[in-house]
Amino acid sequence: MDVAFTVNGEARRVDAAETTSLLEALRNHLGLMGTRYGCGLEQCGCCMVLVDDQPAYACTRELGTVAGRKVTTVEGLGTEAGPHPLQQAFLDEQAGQCGYCLSGILISAKALLDRNPDPSRADIVAALDKHLCRCGAHQRILRAVERAAVTLRNGRPA
Amino acid sequence: MNAPVLPASPLPASLIENPRLDRWIKFQPDRTVRIATGKVEMGQGIVTAIGQIAAEELDVPLDRVAVLSGDTTHGPDELYTTSSLSVDVSGGSVRLVCAEVRAKALDRAALRLNCSRDELTVVDGCFLQNGAATGQDYWTVAAEIDLTQNVTGTTPPKPVASYKVVGQSIPRVDLPAKMSGAAFVHDVLPADVLHARTLRQPNRGATLVSLDEAAIRRAAKGELQIVREANFVAFVSPVESVAQAAAVAAPRHATWNNVRHLVPEQQEAAWLKGQPSDDRHIGAPPPVSPPKNLVQATFSRPYIAHASMAPSCALAEFRGGHLTVRSHGQGMHPLRQNLAGALGLPIDAITCQHLHGAGCYGHNGADDAALDAALIALRIPGKCIRLQWRREEEFGFEPVGPAMLVTLHVDLDAKGRPADWTTEIWSPTHVQRPGSGTGFLLASEAMATPPPEVAPFDPTEQRGGGGTRNALPIYDVPAHRIVHHLVMRPPVRTSALRGLGALPNVYAIESLIDDLAARVGEDPVAYRLSILSEARARRLVELVAERAGWTSRGAAGTGKGLGIGFARYKNRAAYAAVIAAVTVQETVKVDRIWCVADAGLVVNPDGARNQLEGGIVQAVSWTLKEQVRLDDQGIASRDWESYPILRFSEIPDMQVEFVEAAGNPALGVGECTVGPTAAAIGNAVNHALGVRIHDMPLTRERIMAALLKA
Repeated sequence: MDVAFTVNGEARRVDAAETTSLLEALRNHLGLMGTRYGCGLEQCGCCMVLVDDQPAYACTRELGTVAGRKVTTVEGLGTEAGPHPLQQAFLDEQAGQCGYCLSGILISAKALLDRNPDPSRADIVAALDKHLCRCGAHQRILRAVERAAVTLRNGRPA
Repeated sequence: MNAPVLPASPLPASLIENPRLDRWIKFQPDRTVRIATGKVEMGQGIVTAIGQIAAEELDVPLDRVAVLSGDTTHGPDELYTTSSLSVDVSGGSVRLVCAEVRAKALDRAALRLNCSRDELTVVDGCFLQNGAATGQDYWTVAAEIDLTQNVTGTTPPKPVASYKVVGQSIPRVDLPAKMSGAAFVHDVLPADVLHARTLRQPNRGATLVSLDEAAIRRAAKGELQIVREANFVAFVSPVESVAQAAAVAAPRHATWNNVRHLVPEQQEAAWLKGQPSDDRHIGAPPPVSPPKNLVQATFSRPYIAHASMAPSCALAEFRGGHLTVRSHGQGMHPLRQNLAGALGLPIDAITCQHLHGAGCYGHNGADDAALDAALIALRIPGKCIRLQWRREEEFGFEPVGPAMLVTLHVDLDAKGRPADWTTEIWSPTHVQRPGSGTGFLLASEAMATPPPEVAPFDPTEQRGGGGTRNALPIYDVPAHRIVHHLVMRPPVRTSALRGLGALPNVYAIESLIDDLAARVGEDPVAYRLSILSEARARRLVELVAERAGWTSRGAAGTGKGLGIGFARYKNRAAYAAVIAAVTVQETVKVDRIWCVADAGLVVNPDGARNQLEGGIVQAVSWTLKEQVRLDDQGIASRDWESYPILRFSEIPDMQVEFVEAAGNPALGVGECTVGPTAAAIGNAVNHALGVRIHDMPLTRERIMAALLKA
């Protein structure tokens, strides 16, 4: 089965069963490793991606359901050489330790800032509360999202 | 000039074991210098810190230092990355090696330039003569430096006061990749990769009677190889979801004999008391006279999980008789040794390379996954096997942090101060790392002839102890001792988790100290200072009290509380003083944490603060929420709902700082906050409620029960 959808702005096709998880399609078929497996149960948030700009757990999302839709992964935010303001803010705050949870958190933060460019600390906490971080970088992550919000409001390109 | 400023000491253990300079340093043709370390990155920033130390000592730019970490072919054997020792031992080794190589390079350059070495300086890796360029640098003379020589440790490193790179908050070199794409062992997918999952033996001694392979193949719905070796079973497929589906279905289609059965009481620390144990007495002899004013109290911590964000993963390839394993374990040289033992291969036939994984905080499933992958690779040679544990497997089969029961017996003097102190501990072993502890790589127990069981033991007191870690108070007590009951047969496999026994012991000691202060009607901070003579320790207690506004602490029993906890990790690593502010309304909310630490010379202050913060958050989580649940078969808490950890909405505001202490040697910081944080919360809850809760975690049920009893 050939499923066509847009990934990070590019038209892509994946030849796999419709029931294949979006996570497996992204990682094993398209080589996009930034979306990570944590639990497969929608409990940790490591696999968060945007489907039509809404956060979605890629671990349980079936490939067939994204046909014709727009998927954004952490690779779609920016690169090491050209980071998105969110990624840059996370680096500026050194908001992470092992980093395994960060790509999912960056995606949820992106969705938040897209719909609310000036979130309160409570708004950020609410948007990220479905994400787990075992290293305890939470406070830095919250500061980083606040910093990115300021950068983006000041008109830097998203 | 180059007077040694760090106290003279014998060579670090790593240099004694790996004396050749070329195990540590190599000048590469691309004008970089490769610094090898046996310690590995787990999110704690060690690769960045080691790079800083090398750049500082060699006077080369940081971006010309390439740190090679955890490589059995080229790097030193530094055992496991544990116990907050990496900066001290590996960093200390790199510092001495680089100082020595720098001196050798300058000697060669002086010969070439026909000048005195004193005329030469190093700037950005280039050698200047009286400040002028010479065309000479490390790389032009590298071929003339004999790095096969052994380190002597006699070249004095730079004085601390001259440091330009060490002591700076350099951003982590590995973080950018982790925020933008492939970065972990999990992310390596060669074209010929085969995905693998396992069916786990329920317990040592259980035997696989039957396996309905046809049913499993139907569930897998795709190309599947089933690898069986005695009681080890793996499912292998080019399609990851096929291997996963097979493994998920497999338990329903497997019949085991000799399955062990547990009882619910075994999940509680209280069960440990009275079990067969290996008993040791450490410290002062038993008191000769009967106690005059004996106070006794018992505290406990249950089994807790490492709960790494990623299930363990490893890559193994067996090609041309050589096994290459890539793993996120904490020590590649020990892993290589253990794999050789488990697989019956000569050690020279195995290479182990570290790749990054999610934070593990101790001995989780990483090494076990490496053996799983290797077993499959030997059966399917010529392919890259990518073995990943399932989430439920990680929770269900990783070694857990041991439950502990701690009873303090303290005899007080006429002023209500401790005159004689006994810490009595019941705990399973804290280290079952294969090689340095008593355990085995998990799948070796599933082989036809498992390695014979070995009686458990704990790390020695010289290594900081296990259950006895931080069991002696830092306070002035005329006589103190430990009675250690090492419980021989716990219901679950236990091993190292951040801090080992430090958290329960510091929780117990610091709780009792608060209670002793209350007995004589004294303020907990003032009481501590009255029995704490060490200047570095007093400074932290005073400072954290100042930061938290301790003097305005209100009355007890209002539902809001402020509590303090203090310890020096292992009684010889970093000091941390913590104050917690809590609100208790059925559950405990930690509102704020103040932490002041003394870690001597800090290589990367922001990185080290990140470690303090991480330790605090993890300790809040352990103290308030975490307990491994057991059922009839073993560990029952196998997902994030049955094993909840602290969330964003529960994170306290934190204010952490290091006191200036760069004149003292670097002290490991990774684990120093966990005990003081737990204790500060316990004391804050006591202040909020007027009731002491002795058993962790401080759940709603425990609070209600304590209030009813009060």
